[in-house]
This record gives sequence, C-alpha cells and structure tokens, in this order.
Amino acid sequence: MPPLLTYTLRQGDRALVLAQRLLETITHAPEIEEDMALSNLALDLIGQARALYTYAGEIDEPFEGPDGTTNHDEDHYAYWREQHEFCNPLLVEQPGEGFAQVIARQFLHDAYALPYWQAMTSSTDTTLAALAAKSVKETAYHLRHGRSWVVRLGDGTSESHDRMQSAVDHLWRFTGELFEHDEVEDQLIVVGIAADPTEIQATWLATVTDTLHEATLALPDDGVMQTGGRSGRHTESFSRLIGELQVLARAHPGASW
Amino acid sequence: MAVAESLDELVRDIEDPELPHVTIGDLGIVRSVTIEAGTATVLLTPTYTGCPATEQIRDDVEVAVRSAGFEPDVRLVMSPAWTTDWITERGHERLRSAGIAPPPPASEPGVTFVDPPVACPRCNSRRTRLISHFGGTACKATYVCNACSEPFEFFKAL
Repeated sequence: MPPLLTYTLRQGDRALVLAQRLLETITHAPEIEEDMALSNLALDLIGQARALYTYAGEIDEPFEGPDGTTNHDEDHYAYWREQHEFCNPLLVEQPGEGFAQVIARQFLHDAYALPYWQAMTSSTDTTLAALAAKSVKETAYHLRHGRSWVVRLGDGTSESHDRMQSAVDHLWRFTGELFEHDEVEDQLIVVGIAADPTEIQATWLATVTDTLHEATLALPDDGVMQTGGRSGRHTESFSRLIGELQVLARAHPGASW
Repeated sequence: MAVAESLDELVRDIEDPELPHVTIGDLGIVRSVTIEAGTATVLLTPTYTGCPATEQIRDDVEVAVRSAGFEPDVRLVMSPAWTTDWITERGHERLRSAGIAPPPPASEPGVTFVDPPVACPRCNSRRTRLISHFGGTACKATYVCNACSEPFEFFKAL
C-alpha cells in the first residue's frame, strides 16, 4: 500500500471511529443541549472522514466495477473493510463509560487534533492542506467545548471532580500512541506531506497541563502506553463498534435512501 | 454574457435549506458560475465539512441550472476554506430579521476560550448569555437575551 494511502486512511479512521463513539452517547448526555453538541462534533468528524476516504479512493488502486474501472468511494473504506484493516489510534475507540469518559476522550483527542491540523495546513499535499484549513477551525471550536466541560466537572462537586479525574487517569494510557510514528509516516514527514508528531506533542501537553490545572485535576503520572491501532490491533470493544457501524450497509449492499 | 450573468444570479438566489430567506449567494458559498458549450460549471465551497445541507444545495443548484437549459457540473472546492467573513451585508440583515444573530468578524484560526459578546437580534441588547456552544445546525450556537428574555441562535464566526 502506498504510504500516502495508509496515512490518509489512518486519519480518516481516527475521525470516523470517534464520530461513531460519539453517536452512541446521543440521547444519553446529561442535557439536551449536550446531545446537540455531541452530534455536531460527530458531524464535523464524519465530514472530515468522508473527505479523507474520498481522497484515499483517488490514491488507491482502481477496481473493476459493473460500470468498468472505477475508484473506490468513501463507503468502501467505512463499510467494507475488516476490523484489522482499520488503523485508528486506540484512544478514539475507547467506550465512553459515563459522561466524564466521553468528555475526557474528546478533550485528549481534540488537544491533539488542533495542533495536528494546524501543522497540516502547510502540508506539501494540497488536498490534505485544504482539508486541514477547514478542519482547524472546526477543531478549535471542539476543543473549546470539551475544555470547558473538563474545567466545569473537574472544578465542580467532589463527585464530578473524582469522576473526571478517574476518566483522565483511565484514558491516559492511550495518549502516547497519538505521537508515535513509524516508517510509513517518516517517509511522508521527510517530504513535508505529514506533520511531525513529536512537534505536536509539546503543544498537546501544554494544553492538557494548563486545562487540568484550571480544572483542579492532577496530571497523570507517565506510565506504560498501550499501542497497536496503527497496525490494526484493536481493543476488545472495537468489534462491536465496527459491527454496529457496518451492519446496515452489509445487510443491504448498495441501498440508498 | 447576459446569459451567464442571469444564470449566475439564478444560482446565487437559491435559498439555503436550513436558513430561512438567506440565499447561497448571501452566504458566500458560490465561488463561480461558468458556461461552456451548454454545460454550466458551478463551484461551491462547503461551510462545514459535514454540513448535511451541502447535498441539498448541490441538488437545488442542479435543478436550477437544468431549468435554465444547461447541463449542470457542480463541484465542491475546499480551498480556500469558507469563512463567515464571506457572508454579505444583505446576508447579515436577513439573518437578523430571521432572529439569528449574525457572526462577528472571524479571527485567525487558533484557540480562543472566550465566548464573544453577542447582541440580541430582537432588542439589540448586549446583555446576552451563551446557553449552548451548538444549535440546531452545525453553524449556530444558542444564546438567550437577559433584557428581553428571548432565546435566539447565533451564527458562529468561523
């Protein structure tokens, strides 16, 4: 697989899987405004995933369809790949057990996604740079929202403080993976297509440190980081998430409405 | 040329499916309309990557172009990214009269954790407060006016 295709799919999977997780929370948020907020975040992420998958289809090998040779469309990547072919970071596939975990997952992700997209606005790949210019604005707003919840819950009641702290502690082990890079990515970093994750990490840590401090929460100690999403080694609940995501498309192939 | 101008006008006059009485010309999402050999190419910039109205707008543009006797070729362009600064002055007035507070000038993309002061579209008071960062569509937030007690939507600066 060409490095650019692998890279584009990784980013598309990150956005799609997080959107799917957010959609599970809708109608379970503490207030109706938050249901709307989480669906809006998911909508932006699906928009980003669609653009990335469409681009992947242009890079990927065309296939012989009923109407001749054609590119794979966005649905191919979302609905017709198997679990091990998804290469999102493990953080975004973690189930949100309670609202604090939903918010912690979102905040830890968005604190990464904002500097990521900011860096990608100067990518030498013009398609990715154009998408980055769009996504950076949306993500800045997402981060504002998630951050305000972290502060509100952390610096809230002793109950909300404890829940927020344990959510951050629980998800911390999945944050290291966001900044890993392998030979696929290194080839693209050298030519200025991909952003260098080590540079993003400093910005991420500054945002997280500052926010947790304001929220009266403790920054978790560095520990062992769990990884594997990039190579398709997912955590246990992922199969159920993908099953739910794909069931309709697979039960009714080619259906439209 | 006259044909091109009137088609341009026809396209820009299409109403946004989610914002009553605001046209896609007012929103500044129509980049260009060009005619060549019976085909009208329309370039649109989506507002948000996931805005569901984009598909509807594309369909509406195709219908309008066909009704004018041309074959439509509607394309979405991402770059340069749409900004609320492209909403016209008339667009601002129409948003306000629909009860939606228009956006202030967009700042450089970056992180600002301060929510901007917003004037109530009904009574113009600036004593308003944010209820929700989001609203019924991707482009709006929800506020309430402390002076006239009316809740209202605010078109977020992007």
